[in-house]
Amino acid sequence: MDQLLLLEAVERYLRGEMNDEEKRVFEDMRKNNPELDQMVVEHNFFLEEMDRYGEIKRFKANLYDTHHTLQENGDIKEVNAKGSGKIAYLWNRYRKVVAVAASIAGITALLISGITVAFSPKAPIRDIEELRRKVTSLEKKTNTQSLQINDVRKKIEPGTPIKFGGTSFLVDNRGYLVTSAHVILDATRIFVQNNNGQDFKADIIYTDLEKDLAILRIVDEDFKSPGSLPYSIGRSSTELAEPVFTLGYPKDEIVYGEGYLSAKTGMKGDTMAYQISISANPGNSGGPVLNKNGEVIGILNARQTTAEGVVFAVKSKNIHRVVDEMKKKDSSQHIKLSSSSNLKGMDRVQQVKKIEDCVYMVKVVLK
Amino acid sequence: MSTLEKEKELLKGLANNDKEAIEAIYRDNYNLIQNLIINNNGTEDDARDVFQEALIVLYEKSKTDSFELNCQIRTYVYSVCRRIWLKKLQYAKRFESQVEFLEDTVPVEEDLEVHDKLNHQYGIMRSAMGKIGEPCKSLLEAFYVHHKNMIEIASFFGYTNADNAKNQKYKCLMRLKKLFFAQYKNGN
Repeated sequence: MDQLLLLEAVERYLRGEMNDEEKRVFEDMRKNNPELDQMVVEHNFFLEEMDRYGEIKRFKANLYDTHHTLQENGDIKEVNAKGSGKIAYLWNRYRKVVAVAASIAGITALLISGITVAFSPKAPIRDIEELRRKVTSLEKKTNTQSLQINDVRKKIEPGTPIKFGGTSFLVDNRGYLVTSAHVILDATRIFVQNNNGQDFKADIIYTDLEKDLAILRIVDEDFKSPGSLPYSIGRSSTELAEPVFTLGYPKDEIVYGEGYLSAKTGMKGDTMAYQISISANPGNSGGPVLNKNGEVIGILNARQTTAEGVVFAVKSKNIHRVVDEMKKKDSSQHIKLSSSSNLKGMDRVQQVKKIEDCVYMVKVVLK
Repeated sequence: MSTLEKEKELLKGLANNDKEAIEAIYRDNYNLIQNLIINNNGTEDDARDVFQEALIVLYEKSKTDSFELNCQIRTYVYSVCRRIWLKKLQYAKRFESQVEFLEDTVPVEEDLEVHDKLNHQYGIMRSAMGKIGEPCKSLLEAFYVHHKNMIEIASFFGYTNADNAKNQKYKCLMRLKKLFFAQYKNGN
């Protein structure tokens, strides 16, 4: 009950509802009582956040009402696109309906063919086997095709065979890794391989395609935690021309590359990414980009095929965001991102020696 | 009144969350943005979302002490919408045909970074609010968002007197603060 009165007093004080006498007494108390002082500061911050929350909420409600009013008055134009724009518009709008219709059609077709197969005379076993092989080879073909489509889309992985690979790195010494989401797209099973060639089984625990980030967790009893991680996961933005380096698995062993930050935005001004001038190859996707102090500033995710040495990296603050989002959705995983680097001031060879144990190759078994 | 003065008035109104100002800005700019979005692979819903987000960006900006807009509202809103939409398009499908731009634009990168940060904090509060459950959420919102006094709140929620409502509000507030700071410290 005392606490209630106290908090009420703090609130009245912060909202300027006290008279002069009360205010003087309260301020005296504040001076002599650091706990109260802390409470005032904390509550002030909280109330500011709360006010902003309220403001935005009221503003949003106003926007919503305005939209409705204007729509009813006819001030907002009806959509009337022309030509290909219209087709695209209709497609976007009815995409879901089309998908549902198509799947119903698909199910019906399957049912009918199922019934036909059930009632038609059995073919000799050899024929059936042959047919199955054809189906498998067909499947392989479509697999490679879809892979190639992926290649074109993601750019960094031209012409890789069925087993898709990339790089990942530890962000929490208990076996949590970060990689690019496109590396593990369509995976059924995942293994990660360390610098000594040892394989570990890993699970995907979160993917965010929009940010092109995924979080994996090593679930293998052979895995031994490397102790505290040598690097930190950066949160602030990096300056132009800052020298950076990366480690990754464009081939079967770890490869070092260095370059510099060439632009603060990624492809077509994408603010979630940096542009980096570095030599990167398929397989580098998901690898960490570090600055000279041993801070991870980004995750390599794509390169521009039309230009030499233009590579993009997702900014590392997105890792923090993804972890936050994940916490919201699934409170059972408690990732604690590495927050301090002990690589400052070391020469590069020593730095890399420490980092390389935390960088893993990702091996993906496709569907 | 000159255009410049009129725009200043509108922005002042916007900063105060004034309905008329919002409506005027909405009416002057919405159709332009809707065309932009729909001609570039979007729907009416996308247009509404993008436009409203841009107005929130402008609203946040207009409330800062150092606020100054060096271009017309229309140009600013158009630039922000274009930026937001481009970003969304890029993540949905990486290789879109070039987006059509007809209007002038101004750089808005920094404003959007500020907005992302604020939006993140708003998200923390919203998620904490979502977690405390009812009637706590409505009770706290009545007090802190809608600025109702404790007597109104007591009668609305059916408490026998304002003190009981106050007691309940205190419990709710402690829970909310705990959730909020736990998430805030984790995320920052």
